[in-house]
Amino acid sequence: MTLSRFSSPWLATALGTAALVVLGQGLSSYGAGLVIDCLVFAILALGLNLLLGYAGLPSLGHAAYFGVGAYTAGLVYLHVSTNFWLAAAVAIVASMAVAAVYALLALRTTGVYFLIITLALGQITWAAAFSWRSVTGGDDGLRGIGRPDLGLPGLSIADTDGYYLLVVLATAAAVCLMAILARSPFGHALRGIQQNGQRMAALGYNVWLYKYLAFIISAGFAGFAGVLFAFYKGFVSPESVGIVISAEITLMVIIGGAGTLAGPLLGAFIVMLLSHLVSGFTDRWITWLGLLYVAAVLFAPRGIVALAHDLVRTRRAS
Amino acid sequence: MSFYSIQILNALSLAMLLFLIAAGLSIIFGLMRIINLAHGSFYLLGGYCGLSVLARTGSFWLALLAAAAVVGLVGIVLQRLLLQRVQNNELGQVLMSFGVLLVISDFALWFWGGLPQTLERPEFLDGALRYGGMVFPKYRVALIACGAAVALALWLLIEKTRIGAIIRAGVDDPGMVRAQGIDIRLVFTLVFAAGAALAGVAGVLGGAMLGIYPGADFEVMLQAFAVVVIGGLGSLKGALYGSLLIGFADTLGKAFIPELAMFTMFVPMVAMLVIRPNGLFGRA
Repeated sequence: MTLSRFSSPWLATALGTAALVVLGQGLSSYGAGLVIDCLVFAILALGLNLLLGYAGLPSLGHAAYFGVGAYTAGLVYLHVSTNFWLAAAVAIVASMAVAAVYALLALRTTGVYFLIITLALGQITWAAAFSWRSVTGGDDGLRGIGRPDLGLPGLSIADTDGYYLLVVLATAAAVCLMAILARSPFGHALRGIQQNGQRMAALGYNVWLYKYLAFIISAGFAGFAGVLFAFYKGFVSPESVGIVISAEITLMVIIGGAGTLAGPLLGAFIVMLLSHLVSGFTDRWITWLGLLYVAAVLFAPRGIVALAHDLVRTRRAS
Repeated sequence: MSFYSIQILNALSLAMLLFLIAAGLSIIFGLMRIINLAHGSFYLLGGYCGLSVLARTGSFWLALLAAAAVVGLVGIVLQRLLLQRVQNNELGQVLMSFGVLLVISDFALWFWGGLPQTLERPEFLDGALRYGGMVFPKYRVALIACGAAVALALWLLIEKTRIGAIIRAGVDDPGMVRAQGIDIRLVFTLVFAAGAALAGVAGVLGGAMLGIYPGADFEVMLQAFAVVVIGGLGSLKGALYGSLLIGFADTLGKAFIPELAMFTMFVPMVAMLVIRPNGLFGRA
């Protein structure tokens, strides 16, 4: 019983990682780039899911922490050091620090107002990226970010193959960390708060603190995704901070299934693969993306993971 | 002196334009609890419809009428076909209406192209009025008058008529209104269509002042939300005061501290949400 309960996410992560590593051997550099994009957004969606799916707080400005992570990683690379770990650590701390301030403001609101204030805070961050030319390069973006060193002998992430491997392993680490969080007392408390915050408060939980920590940890994941994004693309522009990305991450979590571990990963792959696929044969792919939003809300409001779950259950029952 | 008068005139005309857009957004939220990000698309669509009609007929009045009719119809379709199905799901409304925003912006890009275009003003509003050494562009003065007239008309409609009483009652307690035998669903649709049409008209009026271009829908949507949050979701009076505040903050910000211009909208918005989430005139 305990074995089957605890083995599944680890086994699935191990199998998924192995499959992606093997797949990587046969992929063209375009294919590898596509998978890297999917995985970066998977980490981002995983982070948002902690807030949206577990704590029930729908942040509509999560691209802010993604952007802060990406810009900080780029700035550290350009001005301080080309070491990957240093850049990643500083960037994640920066994202979490921004979130620590934003969460103080955002958690004063609930419901619709939480959606709107996180949207507004996201746009403030976008405006900062856009207007602070001397640091961020304004609308030209931050350019000339190269591939950093891992500082490990014999391992290079300068070519796409090496970087692909890094992103696959980084995603595996993020998934494991999230699985631990989701199964910890902390994760259970968050789900309790989503279902009934007042009752959790009556049980002696500091509801505000749990939400605050979930907000900051969630931003840490987004910041890490930003690091991987910046070093893969080699540049960061204000676009990666704006509402279009924020909405897209939310779509990924909802399409896959909020509050599940696999949902955000699935959602990230679905949205990224579809948009690459569709943009390959039509210029009107924004229309298709828009229709995907509408269809997701109409037909799979609880996500594909929940749909599949229902399907299995009805089959067993009949 | 002329510098200040022109700034005040610009701020007022922007405020009136924002009011035309935000009034609908605010009343729609107050009545139906619908968060509609596609409200910015109504502005964009109105502007472009006006552009096409103006090019064919040369009549600014027909352009206004066509924008109101087309966008009002789009509003009815959107409300009946889509938003009504996610009545109590705020995140669902946000995602769905964001999808609609994307579809409409892509359609507009395909149909009207990506270059910024300006609607031609009616001839009698070209040029400027001069008074005591100060210059007032006629079009902006007319826009301010028009916005003020709409504000007054809306106020009269909501405070003094039967349909207004139904709307006010619906904001307080839609269930009770239905219990009185009033078809609240019809009222919802009419109000949604009217709010959309008003934003469409604003698209024509604004398109003749600021031009119409891809991305205007996002800009207007964010501005309208700033206005509505500051004034208070659901309040007409709030929409008016919020528009004046954002209109002045934006214009004066751009004139005096251009490097902070992008913050003049969102910072007051966040401050209001933190201090008083219900806005200046919103009810809890």
